[in-house]
Amino acid sequence: MADHAGVADEPVDLDRRKFLTRATIATGAVGAAFAAVPFIESWSPSERARAQGAPTELDLSKLDAGQMAITIWRKQPIYVVRRTEDMVKRISGHDADLKDPDSKYSDQPPYARNTDRSRSAEYLVLVGICTHLGCLPKQRFSAGELYPSWPGGFFCPCHGSRFDLAGRVFNGSPASINLRVPPYYYPKPTTLVVGADEKGSA
Amino acid sequence: MAATLPDGTHADKKGLWGWINKRLPVSEFIKDQLTGYYAPKNFNIWYFFGSLALVVLVLQLVTGIFLTMFYKVGETTSFDSVEYIMREVNFGWLIRYLHSTGASAFFIVVYLHMFRAFLYGSYKKPRELLWLFGMAVYLALMAEAFMGYVLPWGNMSFWGAQVIVNLFGTIPGIGPGLVLWIRGDYGIADATLNRFFALHVVAIPLALLLLVVLHLVALRRTGSNNPDGIEIKEKVGPDGKPLDGIPFHPYYTVKDVFGVGVFFILFAIIVFFIPTLGGLFLESPNFDPANPMSTPEHIAPVWYFTPFYAILRAVPDQRMGALLMFFAVVLFLFVPWLDRSPVKSIRYKGLPSKVALTLFAISFVALGYLGLQPAEGLYVVLARIFAVIYFLFFILMPWYSPLGAKQPPERVTYHAH
Repeated sequence: MADHAGVADEPVDLDRRKFLTRATIATGAVGAAFAAVPFIESWSPSERARAQGAPTELDLSKLDAGQMAITIWRKQPIYVVRRTEDMVKRISGHDADLKDPDSKYSDQPPYARNTDRSRSAEYLVLVGICTHLGCLPKQRFSAGELYPSWPGGFFCPCHGSRFDLAGRVFNGSPASINLRVPPYYYPKPTTLVVGADEKGSA
Repeated sequence: MAATLPDGTHADKKGLWGWINKRLPVSEFIKDQLTGYYAPKNFNIWYFFGSLALVVLVLQLVTGIFLTMFYKVGETTSFDSVEYIMREVNFGWLIRYLHSTGASAFFIVVYLHMFRAFLYGSYKKPRELLWLFGMAVYLALMAEAFMGYVLPWGNMSFWGAQVIVNLFGTIPGIGPGLVLWIRGDYGIADATLNRFFALHVVAIPLALLLLVVLHLVALRRTGSNNPDGIEIKEKVGPDGKPLDGIPFHPYYTVKDVFGVGVFFILFAIIVFFIPTLGGLFLESPNFDPANPMSTPEHIAPVWYFTPFYAILRAVPDQRMGALLMFFAVVLFLFVPWLDRSPVKSIRYKGLPSKVALTLFAISFVALGYLGLQPAEGLYVVLARIFAVIYFLFFILMPWYSPLGAKQPPERVTYHAH
């Protein structure tokens, strides 16, 4: 009891106060950061969304040459084009007009990083979402359909991006990379699986 | 007993009024904020839009709460529940059109309110924070409007969300992961719709209300600017009140109520006769349900975003386009420090400032128009020209703004009627 007066008169150790204040703030900040994790992580795709994003299969036997089929993988349209020989020929010869002719900066599995951007020239498999801002490019496969020198390809109606028959983007398009190629493989010659390859599921 | 109480507390009054005021400073608040709050006496028509924004905010809150009672969020239910509101809920059509028209009205009023600040230099010292809070309100409003537009889950809702969310994908490195996180799925999906609903009806309205309060508190600290851009607090009478000030209530409350009346006449005409305003306020592709497999032929945001959308499309590189679009909005934040003029009001600024503001207003409207047009040919060329003018307005401001400034008068310009 008698000590109280003496304690009150003692000078406050300001360094100690400062240290304690800072330590409290630091601890609180770390705690707040950890507490934020579950809330932030709740926004990532749920287990259900992940499960529904599993690989998808397409029967190629019904796809005629020159035709395009659209399947859905991970809520994205997947364009599958069975290219004719003429269409394959029209992929080459305009490299100078392309932003990324060798797919150096674009997004595709290694086996699609070639001129025709596919495992075999016959089938083109693309994510049918414009790499600009996500609209669906429309098919304009006939030569000269957009303008006289048009070699055939895809045209995005939203902002006018143009892609050739291998999904490679033309100069002057707002999109800066080629259409994406999803992982895919053929378990049987007429069956296409999108979303997985020999290395496993994406 | 009450003689020591500060003037105007009414705590000494008998009865219920006194009882309440002894416990809650109601009459003090009224005196501080309304009857004893002095505003410049030379306000003109440009000073209607702040109070109108508040009125529209209340309208949006009330109609929004009622819409929430009938709307069912979900990718299989959203579109149908909006149709249900439009066709079967009693007066549902009216409540929804009030809300959708209110969204556009909000932006009209806010854009005019912002233009007023440009005219009279209302962002200049000492009102920089007031301006920043106002800009924060504007940014929150943009997020609110964008997410609200997604909720009916029409096809334009879906593709608008797709385009806007993908803008974040242009951020180097973290872009694709960020987009996946915002969507909560591999495409715009139910998860996206659900979180936008939560943000639209709870989180952003709360933030908006807080920001509006901060905006008003900051306004109370500095007081309103006026068309002459001179501080009325510097000329006070013997009673300590500004010589050129009048109490907010009754003078400006009455003026503002009149403005609200005119506003609601125009508003009602749109709500009752042209609620879609030819596709400007509600776009026709949104009367089709969301279809991830079919992009509308022509995607355009609602009119209030089109100036920025036109800038985005005018740039042939996506990352650069998104960056410039971002800057087109963010540059507003720096205006208090870009404007180096010794005077506030356009009345006393030189010709260069007048020309610059006129060109800016023209380019903003022109970009707004071009953002609604397809991105091709002459439209893109014009969008580039106007985008350059738009940016030059901000970038060159430190140099042209001080030119030709005149000495403002000692007292505000005011002619009694």
